[in-house]
Formats: sequence, structure tokens, C-alpha cells
Amino acid sequence: MSDTVRRLSLELAADPASLVFLELAEELRRRAQLPAAWKVARAGVGRYPELAEAHDLCARILADQGDRAAARDTWQRVLELAPQHVGAHKGLAFLCFREGDLPGAMPHLEAASTVAPDDEGVATALARLRVALEGIDALARGRAAAAVTAPAPAPAEAVSLVSRNGEAPESEELGPSIVVLDAHGMRLAGDLQTPSGASAGDAVAAHLAGVTREAARAARLLDLGAWQHVSAESQDGNLLVLAPTAETALVIVRPPDVPVGRLALLADQAARRARGWLAELA
Amino acid sequence: MNAYRELLDRVVQVRGMRAAMLVSEDDGLVVAEALSEGVDGASVAALAASLTLRIRRAAASAGFAAPAVVQLRAERGALLTVQAGDGLLVVAIADRETNLGLARLELREAASRLVG
Repeated sequence: MSDTVRRLSLELAADPASLVFLELAEELRRRAQLPAAWKVARAGVGRYPELAEAHDLCARILADQGDRAAARDTWQRVLELAPQHVGAHKGLAFLCFREGDLPGAMPHLEAASTVAPDDEGVATALARLRVALEGIDALARGRAAAAVTAPAPAPAEAVSLVSRNGEAPESEELGPSIVVLDAHGMRLAGDLQTPSGASAGDAVAAHLAGVTREAARAARLLDLGAWQHVSAESQDGNLLVLAPTAETALVIVRPPDVPVGRLALLADQAARRARGWLAELA
Repeated sequence: MNAYRELLDRVVQVRGMRAAMLVSEDDGLVVAEALSEGVDGASVAALAASLTLRIRRAAASAGFAAPAVVQLRAERGALLTVQAGDGLLVVAIADRETNLGLARLELREAASRLVG
């Protein structure tokens, strides 16, 4: 046991009603002693159920343990208690980001930035997130028109969220993950990366032209009406294809922990932007 | 064959399911089927196998392993295929009222029993 942990433990033992449990649990969390940190934090929440900082601490421990659903619920509880809580907004933004929901992260980072304009971690994360979303928006604004002859902007660039204490970066890299292609399997914009990092946009586009034709044919012959999308779930990732216009297709790829339902929502958002961009090109 | 039929019957018990079939992935031929009236099993099998093969090629070009589940969503329903090992697919047609989450689980369960 470190001197710090010993000292804080003694303080808490001497005065169980003390708020020193926050410091002790945080110290244990920082040392990756998560079960012990959880025990201390939960006891603190039991004693101070209306204390937002105590719930925030629990949420961070849950996030460290990989229990994102529980962490989200807990951070939402923090915002019920303290709607301007910077840590909760940062935490929820982090969870959105981990799930590939970049637009969902934006309001939380903006809220955190409003409350804590001097927080460099928030400012950096917000700037990077805007750059990432800019890549998607560029489709709609026509900035990616040059993509027909030059590489398109990556629609989901790397974004990182610096942790609350600024020590360990809570980051995840999202490589290129959206491609727009024409009816002949030619890539119009975007790119994909294989799990090993190689560019696969052109190869996927070539194969997907056949998929969209097959999907349209199957839906018609099976009396299912117009096709909406095709999804594929693999151990390496999930993939979804839809048609922003009659002459184009869009494919979006995400890690396997992003459910197909969420992937469909993300694809719909991307398709709306792609339609705008394609209309400007026409 | 009766064991196959029992698995497929369970799949079609999900509300809104119009067909459940066991299909040879390579040639799109029907191995076993449980169909509602008016469903052309041979066409479903051929279309499902063809679509699955194409999406598998696309996934492979992205560096992905063969997809375990493929779904075609359309205005009035969905076509679902699940890998069942040994070159077989469990295929189902669902109408638009079907709980696709439940259908997907039943298909995966059927596929895992076939593999086992």
C-alpha cells in the first residue's frame, strides 16, 4: 500500500463522514485498483447520494472496467444532479466516441467547453471532433468534389478525449470508414481501411456495385418492395450498404461492438449528406 | 431431415416470418424448408445464396472474415441469412411486422444447433 493510499485510508477510518473518500477512490482508480476504488466510491455514494462528484467517480470506475452502459447511466444521473457537470459531459462524449457516434459526442463537448472554457483537454477534443465531422460535412458542402480525382477527406478522423486528470489519454483511433461509389463500382469519395490498416476503398467499391444490384433484384423478386439497406456482421466488424441515390451506394464500416441498428442510423445521416453533395455535383 | 425441419419450424413461429430454409451456400439449392403458402422456396434460396456470396466478397475485400449474419432490409420486409457451417445457410423471409431482433436470435440459435 502506498503512503498516499495509507494516509487517505487512515483519514477515512478516523472520520467516515469525510469527503476524503473521493480522493482515496480516485487514487485507487489511478493505480488500477478498480475493485477497491469501486468499494470506496460506492460507500461514499451511499453516504452522499446527492453528491454529483461521488456518482461521477463511480462512472469513471465503471468506464475503466469496460461497463459502458452502467457508466452512461451513472453519468446521466450526475447530470440530473448537476446539469453543468464537466466530468459527466466529458464522460458521455467519450462513450459516444467509443461507439462511433461522433455527432452524439458534440453536444456534450460543447456543454463542457461552455462551462470550462479553459479546459485544454476539452478544447483539444472539441477541435479534433469538429475536424472529424467536417470530413463528413464536406460531402454535403461539395468540398469533396475534388475527391473524384483526389483522395476524399477522411469522414471519421482520429479523435481523442483527454482524461479528466490529464494523465492517461482516453483515446481511440477511427480510420477511414465510409465510401461513396457509383453504379459501376467506382469510388467517388471516402475510403476504408482493412483491420491491418491497408486502404480497401477501391476493392470494396468494386464488389459492392454487385451487391446493390443483387439487393435490388432480390427485394423485387421476393415481393419485399424497394430495398433499404444490406448489413453484414462479421467478427472483424459490421458493414452496412445503402443507396443515397438511384445511381450511387454508400458503405459504412464500424467495429463489431457497434450494433447494426446504430450503424443504420449513422448510415442514414451520412446518406443525407451524400445526397446534398451529389446534388451539387450534378 | 426431420431434425432440420424442427429447427426451421421453430424459426417460422416468430410472428411475421414467411419462410425459413436451409440452403446450400455454394449453389443456392434448398436442403430443407418451412414455407408459408405462396413463397417460392427455390427463388428465395437462390437469391439469398447469391446475395450472401456477393457481400462475403465485399467483406473479404475489406479484410473481414465471412459475415455470420447478412440482412437485406426492404420496404415490406427483410431477408436474413445466417452461416450454419459446412457450406450451409439458414435463410428466412420476414414481413415488416416481424421483430427482426427476435428473428435474428432464432436464426442464430438454429444455426448453432446445426453446427453443434
